[in-house]
Amino acid sequence: MSAVIKARHLILAHFWSAFVVFFAAILLGEWQMVVRSPMHAWVDLPEHYYRAVTGHGTAMAYVFPTLVAMGFGYSIVELALKQALIGLRWAWFAFGLLAVGALMAVATVAAGGASVLYTFYPPLVGSPFYYIGVVMVVVGSWIWVGLMAVNLHAWRKANPGLPVPLAMYAATAGALLWAWTAVGAALEILLQILPVALGFKDRIDAGLARVLFSWTLHAIVYFWLFPTYIAYYVIVPRAIGGRLYSDVMARLAFVLFLVFSMPIGVHHLFMDPEVGAGFKYVHSVFTGMVAIPTLLTVFTICASVEIAARLRGGHGLVGWLRALPWNNPVMLAVTFSFVMLGLGGAGGLINMSYPLDSTIHNTQWVTGHFHLIFAGAIVIMYFIIAYDLWPHLTGGALRNFTMIRLQLWLWFIGTLVMTLPWHVAGLLGMPRRMAYFDYSNPTIAPEAWTVTAAALGGAMMVASVVLFLWVLYRAQRGRRMVLTAYRFSVPVHPVLVVPAPLNGFAVWVALMVGLTIANYGVPIFHLLSLKTSVPAVFSRE
Amino acid sequence: MSPSRSISNDSAAALAERRWAMVSVGVIVFILAIIAFTSIHWATMPVSGIEPIDPVTLHVSGEFIEQNLGTQIGRDGSVTVRMIAQQYAFNPQCIVVPAGTKVRFRGTSVDVVHGFLVTGTNANAMLVPGYITTFTAQFSQVGEHLMPCHEFCGTGHAAMWAHVKVVAPEQFSRLAAAGLGVRCD
Repeated sequence: MSAVIKARHLILAHFWSAFVVFFAAILLGEWQMVVRSPMHAWVDLPEHYYRAVTGHGTAMAYVFPTLVAMGFGYSIVELALKQALIGLRWAWFAFGLLAVGALMAVATVAAGGASVLYTFYPPLVGSPFYYIGVVMVVVGSWIWVGLMAVNLHAWRKANPGLPVPLAMYAATAGALLWAWTAVGAALEILLQILPVALGFKDRIDAGLARVLFSWTLHAIVYFWLFPTYIAYYVIVPRAIGGRLYSDVMARLAFVLFLVFSMPIGVHHLFMDPEVGAGFKYVHSVFTGMVAIPTLLTVFTICASVEIAARLRGGHGLVGWLRALPWNNPVMLAVTFSFVMLGLGGAGGLINMSYPLDSTIHNTQWVTGHFHLIFAGAIVIMYFIIAYDLWPHLTGGALRNFTMIRLQLWLWFIGTLVMTLPWHVAGLLGMPRRMAYFDYSNPTIAPEAWTVTAAALGGAMMVASVVLFLWVLYRAQRGRRMVLTAYRFSVPVHPVLVVPAPLNGFAVWVALMVGLTIANYGVPIFHLLSLKTSVPAVFSRE
Repeated sequence: MSPSRSISNDSAAALAERRWAMVSVGVIVFILAIIAFTSIHWATMPVSGIEPIDPVTLHVSGEFIEQNLGTQIGRDGSVTVRMIAQQYAFNPQCIVVPAGTKVRFRGTSVDVVHGFLVTGTNANAMLVPGYITTFTAQFSQVGEHLMPCHEFCGTGHAAMWAHVKVVAPEQFSRLAAAGLGVRCD
């Protein structure tokens, strides 16, 4: 088998489109930070600001991470299962559908047809082309889900009884999670928003729409998180010369995400009037449980890193930290990622406790929280995934490690400079999604520096992405390298058998669907019985 | 490495893993217990109770007609603030409440989803058209607060700010003596 990935054109198409979309979206984000800071006069038309927010959110939430997950998933099929991708044509079709949908959605937003933010917010309703575009992106990604399942099934038939390689097990878990996660928003768009946007109806149930969207809104973050966690387990230990501490714990972490990431979404609605206090507490409890797989992951990865250090001659209770390969970009990135995951996770535990959430709900704190998790902990590992696969996708070597380290440092510092002041601003009561602030108001004036800091941090992140794209481009165009076969991390103990439930998904998918129905069924049917629909409000320029 | 050494290492590894898992679960259970305790003991409940309301007839009849908006004192002395949100203002734009007294907020939206927080406090809620939002808050100190809309409600969202004045209970009683409703002006 050649060391270059066979489906490389497909995968490179996914990665390049993902990163170009990412770059465009981050420029929009930085523009927002500058125009609403004290360094700039008030934006001429606030509507332009909200076009930019909608574009940024749509690209970052629906398009960029989905393309990364898909590209990474296809790579794993070939590299972990060691089989050619079945359904290559379907994969290209899915990519085309996604690309056309994304362009349609973004063009509609750019033209001012749907300044409704990526979270939709009915009864605000924009142009149908926006929602149809988003649906096409989701349907494209569902084809990928099907392809992951088909490829795994084919491998199982050819290798009866063998443990599914961890990378494939985790990637398929992520695909299944996404398939079910997207159902909430899909129901909201297809049953509620689109009939209104197309003119068949003029009323919409705003509360029901919020409940349906919350089903998607939290678990989508775990869909974004999956490639990062997969990289923690199957790339990091190998890249720094260690061993994976436990293969079974890794599988357990992934299936726990499958089970616990859906029945928790109502924590986004703690301050809402359409869900009762009982279900709010239930969702709070399940939100606590979804912290468990992350805590397990922290242990397993730290232990795997310690193994690497001790294999390199490290010793002592903490002295082994010195023996780690700190010049290795993967070591650097996983450290940064964990620092940001720790800070963001601590913030998340605060958000899930509704007595505490009431001080920061819908303030800039929340923006700080999810940028710390997504831009920080998650995306920094997307960079590593790209760097790690790049030679096997392009045949070109990554040569300039100094530039890669600089890129990672810029991203880390930039994210912290942007998000930590946002937390402070949130505690001071600064609301989200403001196109401008009256800094002459003595209550708002003390928050002004946080907006300037966000613009500064954002500029560092833009610079980091420019470096990232440059490194990838140079490697693809540069000198060819002799490739050895791609390897994933090896566990301390060879995986000969795994417990049957951790080699399949039946139990976990049943729990995922069952718990979602248990925790969402009553709120949804209650609202359906109330008939609380209200007139739609059209957002068009 | 002798086989016995390897086995003891393995069990040490498994033990460490199990201990960590138990500590993790313990931490989460502890946090959830605190939430339950404060909810029940301090009554720090989230917005609760589902009350539908038709936003179309809000202005003309029922609880949210013009003269009911603002701060009202019930016959039993209870203080209730009623307000509505619409693109892009609250009605009323300024609210007076007494310090150190439980204040019940009741609000709803005329058009799209809004929300508000009283800055520097934990009075924070969403206003969703079709539903009445109810919660109770208590302001410990006299002072003035901003009250921004904190949910995207359209292109004028950034202009939607109101005010809350927390006054001493005696001053509030004087203002209230004039009638059943208390307003800023």
